[in-house]
Amino acid sequence: MGKSFLTYVIQRIAQCLLVVIIGITITFLIPRFSPTDPVEAVVNRAMMMGQFSHPDAVEMMKDALTKLYGLDGTLGQQYVRFWRGLLSGDLGPSLSSFPKPVMSLIRGSLPWTGALLLTTAIIAWVTGNMLGALAGYYADKRWSHVLSIIAMSLHPIPYYIMAFVLLVLLAYVIPVFPLGGAVAIGLKPGFNWIYISSILRHAFLPALSLVLVGIGGWFVGMRALVTNIVSEDYVTYAEYAGVPNRTIMYQYVMKNALLPQITGLAMQLGLIFNGALITEYVFNYPGLGYLAYSAIFAGDYSLIMGVAVFSIIGVSLAVLLVDLAYPLFDPRVKHQ
Amino acid sequence: MSVLRIQNLQAYYQSTLYGVTRNVKAVDGVSLDLRANEIYGIAGESSCGKTSLIKVVFGAIKPPLTIIGGRVLYQINDRDFDITQTNDETLRQMRWKQVSYILQGSMSLLNPVRRVRKTFWDFTKAHEPVIEPEKFEATTREHLNRLGLPAEVLDSYPHQLSGGMKQRVAIALATIFQPKVILADEPTTALDVVVQRGVLQLLRRIQQETKNTLVIVTHDMGIHANIADRVGIMYAGRIVEEGTVKHIFSEPRHPYTKHLIQSLPKIGDKSKRQSIPGAPPNLADPPAGCRFHPRCPYAKPICSVQTPELSPIQDERRVACFLLTKENAHVS
Amino acid sequence: MRGFLRVVADLYRSDPRCRFAFTAISIVIMFALMSFVSPQDPGSSYYAPPNQPPSVAHPFGTNSRGQDMFWFLTFAVRNSLVFGVITAILSRIIAISIGLIAGYKGGIIDRIMMVINDSFVVLPVLPLLILINFIIREQMSILQLAMVIAAFGWAWDARLIRSQVLSLKEREFTYTSVFSGTKTSSILISEHLPFVMPIVLSTTINNLLWAIGMEVTLAVLGLSNIGIPTIGTTIYWANQHQALISGVWWWIAAPVAISVLLFVALYLLVVGLGAYLDPRTRLQRMKGVLSDERA
Repeated sequence: MGKSFLTYVIQRIAQCLLVVIIGITITFLIPRFSPTDPVEAVVNRAMMMGQFSHPDAVEMMKDALTKLYGLDGTLGQQYVRFWRGLLSGDLGPSLSSFPKPVMSLIRGSLPWTGALLLTTAIIAWVTGNMLGALAGYYADKRWSHVLSIIAMSLHPIPYYIMAFVLLVLLAYVIPVFPLGGAVAIGLKPGFNWIYISSILRHAFLPALSLVLVGIGGWFVGMRALVTNIVSEDYVTYAEYAGVPNRTIMYQYVMKNALLPQITGLAMQLGLIFNGALITEYVFNYPGLGYLAYSAIFAGDYSLIMGVAVFSIIGVSLAVLLVDLAYPLFDPRVKHQ
Repeated sequence: MSVLRIQNLQAYYQSTLYGVTRNVKAVDGVSLDLRANEIYGIAGESSCGKTSLIKVVFGAIKPPLTIIGGRVLYQINDRDFDITQTNDETLRQMRWKQVSYILQGSMSLLNPVRRVRKTFWDFTKAHEPVIEPEKFEATTREHLNRLGLPAEVLDSYPHQLSGGMKQRVAIALATIFQPKVILADEPTTALDVVVQRGVLQLLRRIQQETKNTLVIVTHDMGIHANIADRVGIMYAGRIVEEGTVKHIFSEPRHPYTKHLIQSLPKIGDKSKRQSIPGAPPNLADPPAGCRFHPRCPYAKPICSVQTPELSPIQDERRVACFLLTKENAHVS
Repeated sequence: MRGFLRVVADLYRSDPRCRFAFTAISIVIMFALMSFVSPQDPGSSYYAPPNQPPSVAHPFGTNSRGQDMFWFLTFAVRNSLVFGVITAILSRIIAISIGLIAGYKGGIIDRIMMVINDSFVVLPVLPLLILINFIIREQMSILQLAMVIAAFGWAWDARLIRSQVLSLKEREFTYTSVFSGTKTSSILISEHLPFVMPIVLSTTINNLLWAIGMEVTLAVLGLSNIGIPTIGTTIYWANQHQALISGVWWWIAAPVAISVLLFVALYLLVVGLGAYLDPRTRLQRMKGVLSDERA
């Protein structure tokens, strides 16, 4: 563990901070540079629903919202105020669940998204890579071709459509799984089988749709990597020396092929997160995605801002974790 | 005493790609006799079939490479094994114990994510499945010591080793069981001249200690002059001349060999080197007759019609050329 | 152009994946083109009896707003395709410029650009798009939506193009041209572009896929201009009318089936193209040299 390893860690942390800063700055700038500002958007919405008709009331409403959304003062002042609020964990109250603060809503849904995303990302990554590696190593076998065709048809399907099709098939047509939600209504939280099994049953379909799309992608990637690596000189050399297939497969082929897949996982977490958001919406799963949808539905601007900000922070941290785990698998980073 | 006899070997790359089938005649009628305790050099330009020949000799015959005809006979414990006919298990047992193959690409023969010790362990265990770790450690260290390599390489990852050291480790890996035949394909190509010397010395040392057969394949005539006992010159999938290193370099007979030798730089000689006009033939569609005839300054009508046999013209000397065979001797 | 057609013919003949892809894509495009001869305007409604299951008169049935799903979807598919192509082209312009500049300038400019680029690769795009579309959705035309989505869809491909440029810069022929005094711009166009184009092509198709998927996602959340028929807004309206609960399944099944067909076909095309362009098979195909005989 030399100096270069330390440099690597510092670089990764710096990159993570940069992503957070760039992402949050973009989030800050979007409403301030878009042709309609969020106050107008929200007021128009309210007027369309016939809530405020009196011009004075509209003006008052506009003033109040401008203040509430932190849109008063110069851009610089707004930016400083935005960060200060963020760092002290204050994102203002949510308009749709007034006066509940945005932070507490996010805190309530973050664990659901986190758990769903983490489990499915790991399951999909591990299974996809295992199957892909086997299919790549035994590329001439019939089952390898069959698996490839399945994976290639699963992978390009957008998360939304996959979730939707599963919902229709396994909740409407053959109602084996619940239509949505995270747990049966009225069930008391507790560490008992009924509660846990209900959580698992509810999480199954959203998880399955995320896993299916994910497996397809990792499978295809890994299969391609492995078919390249099996013709590397060190693999041929070991084969010629009579090293058993098992050892070659795991220690020579897979260990090398996994490295780009780890980087790939870090790079794709953002995409997978997008998928989780939309899947939650389909299954009414009470995570960030569902929160975002209810915010859109209720015209709750500060809640959407909050979801965007925390998505960026959450994904960046997850990426950092994967990046920091990378040296465990690649001696070229660890032992320079 | 011969250890390995190659008889009229033909091996083609057969492939069908986007609807087109082609036969690349990489090895086309090669016969060689390799003896115990010698260093045999196979020389020739790139893409003349050297590597393919070595692969077949090692029994590494995977599609698209296909055996069309001929035999590769190893003499092991007074029995003949035709490597083109043996089953996978016999082949597996034979390899590394009887014959090993240092393939081209010294920079990439070691698994980048595995410590060198683990690779030695994998290679040893493949043939001695019940070896104890202590015994393995001891024999491996002894082996490295014999080859003059530091035992510390065992703790390294490949990226921590220099190019020359990687190649030495690859050679050490190929010789753990002191095989009777060692095939080395371009063992020094990627290395600089000083390191090349060291690697060649290592190879010669191993050969002298174990009295085995070392086959070195390289385009570099300098290496053959340096290390080989006998040299076979390969052109377009065939051996065109064979002889002791002294004969080949002092009085080459085949026009192609002559050219190879003449194009070598010599100290003090300032005359301009001439390159052979034309390019090596496409092995998917080689010229009829002698494959060298389109580039040969002495070509006769018969050369483009009939294929010259590799025939003995004196002791230890065989040439495939109509200019030299007895019935045509008067022309030369 | 002749070369292009030969490649298409080659792919069609030799690769079953591509055969499927070409057929399916042609069908979808023909379908979209039929919108030009549609007897019905997508804006009009209740010209047909509502909620009719698929029949000879209405191959994809009719929806709860009395629209013929077949003709309605021709417009929806056309708009989605147009949107996808515009997005792909716009994001290509960004990706190619950034990839080329970073690759050729190198040094500190490259480092800075790549750090920013990597941030865009990692950023979760959907929350940002939700935010943007939440604020300006009502006025968004297809072109504007394409611009917004393209602004977030270039980073991955810029990286690919840059790495391709970097490897080209190190090749022999680049040095030869540089030393023989060829202008940088003509090296770029005559020597490097032919190598970069295949990658650009396959990333374009990938991006097209991604963009159409993103449109579906945003539309379903009610975040695009729901007045324009697209694959996404069709599903949105079906959901709004609770099509599944009221048993009008074809309202949803038709757009889902068409988009799945389109997605799988486009993806298989990328895969087939990738195999065709793989330098190893390419070399074998072009020269038929000894594939295993190196140096």
